[in-house]
Amino acid sequence: MTETTTATRPNKTYHDELAIIRAELDKCMKCGNCMAVCPVYGVERKEAAVTRSKVAVAQAVLDGDLELDDPEVYEMAFNCLVCKSCMINCPTKVNFDRIMLALRAALVRKNGLPWLKKMIFSTLRHPKLFDAGMRLGATMQSLVFRSEKESRAISPRSPFALAGGAIGFDAERKLPGLNSTPLREQVPEVVRVTNPVASVAFFTGDSLNYFYPEAGRDLIEVLTANNIEVHIPKGQNCCGVPVLVHGDIDTVRTLARNNIDIFEATGCDYLITGCGSCGGAWQHDYSELLANDPVYGPKAEKWAKQTYDISTFLTRIIRLRAPQGRIDKVVTYHDSCHLKKSMGVAVEPREILRLIPGVTFREMSAPDTCCGSGGSYVLTHFQTASTIGRKKAEDIDRTGAETVSVGCPACMMQLLDNVHRFGAYQEVTHFISLLAESYRREKN
Amino acid sequence: MLDKEIMEKLAALVGQDNILTGKMDRLTYSYDATADLPRQMPDVVVLPTDSNMVQAIVRFARKHRIPIYPRGAGTNLSGGTVPIKQGIVLSFQKMNRILDVDPANLTAVVQPGVVIGALNAAVAPHGLIYPPDPGTVATATMGGSAAENSGGLRGLKYGVTKNYIMGMEVVLANGDKVRFGGKTVKNVTAYDFATLFIGSEGTLGIITELTAKLIPAPRFRRTMTGAFSTLADAGNAVAGIIAAQVIPATLEIMDRMTIQTVENFAHIGLPTEAEALLLIEVDGMSADLVQAETEAVIQVVRDNHGDLCTAETDQERDQLWTARRNALPALASLNNTVILEDATVPRSRITDMLVACEQIGKKYNLALGTFGHAGDGNLHPTILCDKHNKDEMARMHQAVDEIFQVALEFGGTLSGEHGIGMAKMRYLGNELGESGLNLIRTIKESLDPDYLLNPGKMVPAHEV
Ligand SMILES: Cc1cc2nc3c(=O)[nH]c(=O)nc-3n(C[C@H](O)[C@H](O)[C@H](O)COP(=O)(O)OP(=O)(O)OC[C@H]3O[C@@H](n4cnc5c(N)ncnc54)[C@H](O)[C@@H]3O)c2cc1C
Ligand code: SF4
Ligand code: SF4
Repeated sequence: MTETTTATRPNKTYHDELAIIRAELDKCMKCGNCMAVCPVYGVERKEAAVTRSKVAVAQAVLDGDLELDDPEVYEMAFNCLVCKSCMINCPTKVNFDRIMLALRAALVRKNGLPWLKKMIFSTLRHPKLFDAGMRLGATMQSLVFRSEKESRAISPRSPFALAGGAIGFDAERKLPGLNSTPLREQVPEVVRVTNPVASVAFFTGDSLNYFYPEAGRDLIEVLTANNIEVHIPKGQNCCGVPVLVHGDIDTVRTLARNNIDIFEATGCDYLITGCGSCGGAWQHDYSELLANDPVYGPKAEKWAKQTYDISTFLTRIIRLRAPQGRIDKVVTYHDSCHLKKSMGVAVEPREILRLIPGVTFREMSAPDTCCGSGGSYVLTHFQTASTIGRKKAEDIDRTGAETVSVGCPACMMQLLDNVHRFGAYQEVTHFISLLAESYRREKN
Repeated sequence: MLDKEIMEKLAALVGQDNILTGKMDRLTYSYDATADLPRQMPDVVVLPTDSNMVQAIVRFARKHRIPIYPRGAGTNLSGGTVPIKQGIVLSFQKMNRILDVDPANLTAVVQPGVVIGALNAAVAPHGLIYPPDPGTVATATMGGSAAENSGGLRGLKYGVTKNYIMGMEVVLANGDKVRFGGKTVKNVTAYDFATLFIGSEGTLGIITELTAKLIPAPRFRRTMTGAFSTLADAGNAVAGIIAAQVIPATLEIMDRMTIQTVENFAHIGLPTEAEALLLIEVDGMSADLVQAETEAVIQVVRDNHGDLCTAETDQERDQLWTARRNALPALASLNNTVILEDATVPRSRITDMLVACEQIGKKYNLALGTFGHAGDGNLHPTILCDKHNKDEMARMHQAVDEIFQVALEFGGTLSGEHGIGMAKMRYLGNELGESGLNLIRTIKESLDPDYLLNPGKMVPAHEV
């Protein structure tokens, strides 16, 4: 028997049944190593914030000592960035992300999603404002936000700033402007090159599509500059991680299956991402989520092996053409959690930065500590996230860099906000944009 | 359970921000890093922010006869922080400020919640170190390690916590605050109070400030390993190194079972056929001296038929250290329950003890691996078992009893660094005798007559 068949596939995954996670819980020996690295604990300094306690609470829920609908349990389950820092430091390799996701999914099963959402945003007294800030189309955003030309960032207009202060939508808040034309509408579905050496499919994710389309364009430009044909299928949708971390398993599975179909249709050998969360979804989450799916499970596993972060693809699969254009800047690099801790990408972006003529690379003292973004965490736990972000901004400051480069758009947003609040207004850029800029400058 | 009125008064005393009363929060303070112990939730967790608050809490608790359990990071391995009789867990997680670093006097003054690693990071720019380094340096607190008298990997040459605490501020059970010692290198005023509170496991007083001794960081070091085909050769090499008058900073040992497990776990190329592996690091202020000591060590390892490997680069050194650091986790990953013991014998009995542990493991049919600080006779026989398997757990308990019995027979001790706590209380009389127990109780009762400080730990109360 070579193919994985229905018979060998589990009926349920830990996303469907909390008890499946028990073996993972047993691995935790309560040594406390996770305390040293958990950014949430670093700020809150109480046990419930530490990984080992989150493990103990999950255990207590399974044993019936705590109830799933206990509001304290709920709060604890969402007081986590799922940054996986604890996992890297865990001597017995507890896969804590699985525990957290299983717990959240169980919460949703027990309490239903609407209640959940209500709870998620219970700290947000003004959900409409939140919605306005995050989802209003580009045409509407000028009503809520005033733009600041010099930083290309926008901040909320004052009446909103007042109401939103509690959740970080104060006048200081910096967000990337929503682009009027999303990336996938700016580019053709296939970008061809004259002598293609390979063809890849580019999974844009939502943030490169809506918030940072120019970084998405840079990524495509870099690939074509290396004679790679790029497919950017229009029908792709969100990777699902933002929903996954809120325990809405049905929705993620739907998104995952659709994405798999769309990318199967491209016929490409490689799937490229420019965001750690998207890449992590393709490399790990999809195959775990669809483990019990006889049709999509094997496909997910196949794509897991074909997914590469752009930096890994450029440095390990092809050897990128060394860029010649000078960029005279002092640059530092922030290791996004999902990029480093999920996808294992840390060396590659630095290699790329060092290739760029003129770039002086300076390391932070702790480049791989979380920036405090964690998707919606920054909204639901603004105070903690902001304290985490301040530490990051201070570390960036100490390098003396004028540019902080990143490989994940979610971090870009959080860093943008924090270097404005606590830093020295450093430029925040996807590393791929620096490479693209260097290629562009060759021509002049 | 404390009644509502008392809880309200306590909350008013310390402020809502510094108190945790919810069930989930209390559950997270019901255990520490020790396996196979009962868990118990406290009635309340208080996180004081200064020593005056500690004093107020102690006075309040005394008035209402509520037990208090001081707690640092809860990484101890003897059940030292389980609030077994309920009451107040007094957590020092928020008292984590370094108050003073004084390079001229080679001292630092810290609050008890300062993490050992954080102190080291703060003094590093001055070229100084605070040497005690338990495996948990990155998390364990100064208060917890002082109360536990922690050792670590550098204990052989640099000593343990008690060698580095020069002064303290302590809140006693009667609510008095006392300060003693300080920055003077010599201080013989009255009794040696620091020694009294070091290793007292939270049973005699609550440490609210510590003055720590720092030393210049050694500038040169060499790291090597020796692989041996018999435990006897390895044990003789340990003795031989000391006999050659070399005191390495680190002299660690792993038995065959540990080597194999670490290798399977971390794939770093350890010699899996060896019966024992020594990890040796010598260090010092002069290159010549370090070189001479290195040569002496190499000679001893060769004389004892050891296979030598020296780290030439920092990267190679890191690799060797990774092996040692991975010992416990690697073993722990084998099963759901890790019983890490701390039996310690005179250096000359290391080989005997290693052999005895191996035999005990076989006798009770248990997965038992031993590693530890060979240089100071401090071994950590580690048993892996399945908590769901009653029979295996029973065999484990018998094996542990026997390990301690043997250690005492060899002239050893119940604990080299992890303390007594709840886990080893019942063996205490075997080492100290009835008169020893009486001495402990006399001291305990004169300072804490009501047994309110960390009750149920270390001091076996009189049977009533
Ligand atoms: C993986 C692992 C490796 C370890 N390696 C070593 C090692 O190499 N060497 C070693 O010695 N230990 C080791 N330990 C044990 C443990 O880490 C140490 O004993 C550590 O110093 C305890 O510090 P803590 O802050 O966690 O104290 P806690 O566990 O919180 O408390 C320890 C004791 O101190 C008391 N206490 C805490 N704070 C105060 C205070 N302010 N005043 C009075 N009493 C107080 C508590 O009541 C308790 O009795 C290890 C533990 C683990 C899990
Ligand atoms: S580091 Fe891992 S094993 Fe240790 S307490 Fe944290 S989660 Fe548990
Ligand atoms: S995933 Fe990150 S935030 Fe969550 S417990 Fe682990 S270290 Fe803390």
